[in-house]
Amino acid sequence: MQLVLEKRAERSSAIALISPLIAIGLTLATMSILFAMLGKNPISALGVYFIAPFVDSYSLQEIAVKATPLVMIAIGLSLCYLANAWNIGAEGQFLIGAVAGSWLAVKTQGTDAGPWVFPAMLLLGAVGGALYGLIPAICKVRFGASEILTSLMLVYVADLLLDYLVRGPWRDPKGFNFPTTAEFDPVATVPVLIEGGRLHLGGVIALVVVAAGAVLLARTIKGFEIRVVGAAPRAARFGGFNSNQLILLAFAISGALAGMAGIIEVAGPVGHLQPGISPGYGFTAIIVAFLGRLNPIGILFAGLFLALTFIGGEQAQITMKIPLDVTKVFQGILLFFVLACDSLILYRFKLVFASPKVSRGAH
Amino acid sequence: MKKILIAATAAVLATGAGLLGASAADKLKIGFIYLGPVGDLGWTYQHDLGRLEMVKEFGDKVETTFLENVSEGPDSERSIEQLARAGNKLIFTTSFGYMEPTLKVAKKYPNVHFEHATGYKRDKNMSTYSGRFYEGRYIQGIIAAKMSKSGVLGYIASFPIPEVISGINATMLGAQTINPNIKVKIIWANTWFDPGKEADAAKALIDQGADIIMQHTDSPAAMQVAAERGKLAFGQDSEMIKFGPKAQLTSTMNNWGPYYIQRVKAELDGTWKSEDFWGGLKSKLVVMAPYTNMPDDVKKLAMDTEAAIIEGRLQPFKCPIVGQDGKEVECKGGTHLDDGQVLGMNFYVKGIDEKIPGK
Repeated sequence: MQLVLEKRAERSSAIALISPLIAIGLTLATMSILFAMLGKNPISALGVYFIAPFVDSYSLQEIAVKATPLVMIAIGLSLCYLANAWNIGAEGQFLIGAVAGSWLAVKTQGTDAGPWVFPAMLLLGAVGGALYGLIPAICKVRFGASEILTSLMLVYVADLLLDYLVRGPWRDPKGFNFPTTAEFDPVATVPVLIEGGRLHLGGVIALVVVAAGAVLLARTIKGFEIRVVGAAPRAARFGGFNSNQLILLAFAISGALAGMAGIIEVAGPVGHLQPGISPGYGFTAIIVAFLGRLNPIGILFAGLFLALTFIGGEQAQITMKIPLDVTKVFQGILLFFVLACDSLILYRFKLVFASPKVSRGAH
Repeated sequence: MKKILIAATAAVLATGAGLLGASAADKLKIGFIYLGPVGDLGWTYQHDLGRLEMVKEFGDKVETTFLENVSEGPDSERSIEQLARAGNKLIFTTSFGYMEPTLKVAKKYPNVHFEHATGYKRDKNMSTYSGRFYEGRYIQGIIAAKMSKSGVLGYIASFPIPEVISGINATMLGAQTINPNIKVKIIWANTWFDPGKEADAAKALIDQGADIIMQHTDSPAAMQVAAERGKLAFGQDSEMIKFGPKAQLTSTMNNWGPYYIQRVKAELDGTWKSEDFWGGLKSKLVVMAPYTNMPDDVKKLAMDTEAAIIEGRLQPFKCPIVGQDGKEVECKGGTHLDDGQVLGMNFYVKGIDEKIPGK
């Protein structure tokens, strides 16, 4: 008797719906075992991770703050991935957006520039990110260069450019040579929504982006074209869709959203430009995009869920002295199960009773 | 039905609150924010040793919590605030990049006391503390000049901030007392902790003729490279002799324990107040590892220098100090540069051929 994976005749939409839930269930079960092995009570440990962050407005705000850049970037990435364009460089577009927007903040510092500064920074961030995202797209369309490599390598270029700016021309003259710009003026920062809290306008912008993404994909011709180009390139050609143009569009939107997320992060939670403004948001967002099955609403929940594991992980460190590494294991196991369960959409388990060997000798 | 719902909600909320603030209230809760993992064997490791020493001193009277690997980016403000919200009354944030976030959280929590390492901004409830690491580096410079055959020192630097610049200058001033023509090659790793980069930098420096490796980064990787190549090196932050038993000359170690004990005691006594502490060899915040792999006369010279600094007979930044441009630096401290000049140091002394990045 053997357990084999057999390809399904068609993809199972029921499994597609519940597979993330199965994955989360399996993750929780595995984590419970791990907690028990660490000598912690699994119920209270899971409580700290998943319930405690929901009990007060403070942690809810923090989850939203953490999820904001992830969701914004992931929405853009999902457009690229749906169009079969593999933008791996959102991290770089995020950084360039931050740099482009910060330029205005640095230039207007100490002047009596009005409240137009922040909206203008947002626009600059989006334009900067879009232009940077277009570089790998143009290289792909024009020269056939692999966008996976070019977009990824441009991350390091962006990183070094930011590094150069905050160490050289934009360095805070009163900052004792520390690589950072001066703190941005109030007109150059993201408005906070709740007095004394950290929830900022970026959260609202992220929600608008989710809604716009959902409408674009479900209700517009461009959205339809993007999906067809990715899912059935031949059909798209017969349909007369210009796939090159769509790749450029997807990269531009993706870059703009990442760039906007970058400037929001810098003008919001960080408050100045410095190296290390992104703890890998551009890469984590790839996970968020797939966890959310490249669907805007799914991405919103995936972003919030991943943010929850960060916040919960921190509280677990504080209240239960559970090491940070366990949180990382947690996220790793989750991804592992999500990918594993996804294979059930196209495959199913089957018990095979007879010997799979076919006898050859008998005529 | 509605009542049941309210009761259920209240129960859930209460459980959640219980999970958050579980422990007894009479212990002083103390929080630490660490830049690296506690196992980095360098900067963070030493802070954690300090924490453990402090816990040993006060036992049941304190309860400590640390958050490790907290990046200096957007997450740090949240991490610091989480500690404040969890009821910690004294919070140590142990890296420069936490300065603005610590300041922000300190304003929000006026009843919590904050201690920020190596920064320069203070508030009513926010102190700063740091070490005069340059004192150890002056001794290292003397040893290095004595031990170097090529006359070229290799220096792995992190960021061109005053603490690092003053370390390079102190090294050169010490070395020049032995060999006025000593040279130093500097590689900026642009990181505090990246074993791969640090090892590469050490290899590059050795390839360029350096036979003594010194570092202002936190991992023992450079020590290991020096040991492999049969060169000599200085440890950083902590005792690194086991990574180079035949290579380590000494190590300028950060010894935070006594300071943590002193501050926690002040907090327990109710005498804590915001201040700026800058301790060196004398206050034992900076401690030299045993002098090894050198002849007895060099060892004696090193020990004499250490004693002279502790007794105040010797100032590493004794005037006159001549800058790279050949001009004498203003002597604000009378006989030596004053603390402000060292804390804001942004020039190289004469004899260094390199340029400060971004200057």
